[in-house]
Amino acid sequence: MVNFLQLIIIYAGIYALMAIGQNCITGYTGMLSLCHAGFFCIGSYATAILCKDFGFSFWASLPIAAIASGILGFLIGVPTLRLKGDYLCIATLGLGEIIRTVATNLNPVGYQSVPRAMLFGYQFSARNKVQFILLIWAFVLIFYILFQQLAHSRLGRAMAAIREDEVAAQSNGINVTKYKIGAFVLGAAIGGVAGCFMTAYTQTVNPSSFTFMVSVMVLCMVVLGGMGNGKAVILGALIVQFISYFPQLVGLSSVIPAQATQIIYGLCLVVLMIWRPQGLLGRDKYRYGDPRSTKERLVGFFKRNPEKKGGRA
Amino acid sequence: MKILETQNLSRIFGGVVAVNDVNFSVYEGMVNGLIGPNGAGKTTLFNQITGMDKPSRGKIIFDGKDITGLPAWKISRLGIARTFQNIRLYKELTVVENVMMGLHFKVGKDPFKARFSQAFKSYFLARQENKELYLKALEWLRFFDMEDEAQEFARNLPYGRQRELEIARALAAEPKVLFLDEPAAGMNPAETEHLMFIVDKIKKHGITVVLIEHDMKLVMNICDNITVLSFGQKIAEGSPEEIKNDPLVIEAYLGREED
Repeated sequence: MVNFLQLIIIYAGIYALMAIGQNCITGYTGMLSLCHAGFFCIGSYATAILCKDFGFSFWASLPIAAIASGILGFLIGVPTLRLKGDYLCIATLGLGEIIRTVATNLNPVGYQSVPRAMLFGYQFSARNKVQFILLIWAFVLIFYILFQQLAHSRLGRAMAAIREDEVAAQSNGINVTKYKIGAFVLGAAIGGVAGCFMTAYTQTVNPSSFTFMVSVMVLCMVVLGGMGNGKAVILGALIVQFISYFPQLVGLSSVIPAQATQIIYGLCLVVLMIWRPQGLLGRDKYRYGDPRSTKERLVGFFKRNPEKKGGRA
Repeated sequence: MKILETQNLSRIFGGVVAVNDVNFSVYEGMVNGLIGPNGAGKTTLFNQITGMDKPSRGKIIFDGKDITGLPAWKISRLGIARTFQNIRLYKELTVVENVMMGLHFKVGKDPFKARFSQAFKSYFLARQENKELYLKALEWLRFFDMEDEAQEFARNLPYGRQRELEIARALAAEPKVLFLDEPAAGMNPAETEHLMFIVDKIKKHGITVVLIEHDMKLVMNICDNITVLSFGQKIAEGSPEEIKNDPLVIEAYLGREED
């Protein structure tokens, strides 16, 4: 049970990385993309091939995996940028499937027994889950901080402006094309990093694990948590992972069929769309140049909290 | 002195000639009005000048430079700002963030365009840059008496205030020419009165204004020079007095008397 819980937390961490990437594309820049499984796939394969066939260490393969996915993001981003909303969604969905099909044709069984990740001579094995949890969540924290910084810098604001209104963004001197491609590349690169960790943990890569459902799940995490909110998408990743492993977790996998989790997803999303369309935490409202000091802000935060529970819209 | 002019500018949508050989001039330091019945091609003309739409024929000269066919974001960097007929605010951003977006290319360099060191700076030293942007944005909000609403989401503002915020955002870029597309649409008389006051203030600030408007009282009161379009063609140009008495203009608005 505890063992299983740890497994879920590891997967939630990997998916949280992907959700951060998806948030960059969908939450900030407002492009509805459905090919994160493709980026995930490229990252996984890059690590597996580099570590197994070329004798790279895990840490050396990490940036290469990120760059490879970033390049793929660029290649997908450029031709599909003219599309908007649903059309972009369908085009990226197709591209994601193409990546998976190519991977299947390349090597239908994937790669097994990829060397383990090492840190200062210490081996991360799949059996010792606590270490892995620490490793992954440390990276989630790093990327969370990096992306929070992005969100509250000029780059992030320009992305948000593109999401809100492209025409107005142009009239404010923002080169929409460049920013959109940039967002795509960044989001894809984080997807690659997530793939890298997946390989390091499972030590195998299999094309059948990068299906369309993965992309949908990642998008769900972003929507469920709250678009454009760094904390929310990580929360979303945790919730979605818990739901999807719920039957096994409570030991009812023989009673509840595996498909039931998808019904629960659907139900959650429908309920959420009716009651809280902005996601569980909603959008992040950042107060620029808050004149209050850190201490005053802390006091204000604790004072405000009780009211918050009493239904603040 | 002309700061901007179009030379034989045309825009053809399929078989419809929306703008037909228009020579439109904008005089520096004045409030230039652009009027005409619905469908006369006023907004199309605006869109072409600001780069939102590509001209089919003709040239646009701004400040001695040919800006025909440049992308919108480049044109706005040259000093042309605009508002939109249907308000286009960043609704899910706060009021002050909206104005900060107007300042986007004004403070420092565009992180994406500049060298790596600049991108590095605006990423890692965002706090410092934000403060600078924030204080400047607050100055513009003060100009519009909107400081109290600074941390409000833009969508929560009343309609008239949203229009003002859009003007504030455009002004924050300190443009040479400000294009206002029907700023008084949907405003009540008191709000229109306030708008007149604002346009006057902008003019005194030394910014050239171009204004599309249907509210004749507003146009006749604040415009120094008026151009009239009808069915894509320029039919008159001159001071408000001249326009009021121009037979072609009266015909375009009221129709000709049959005899």
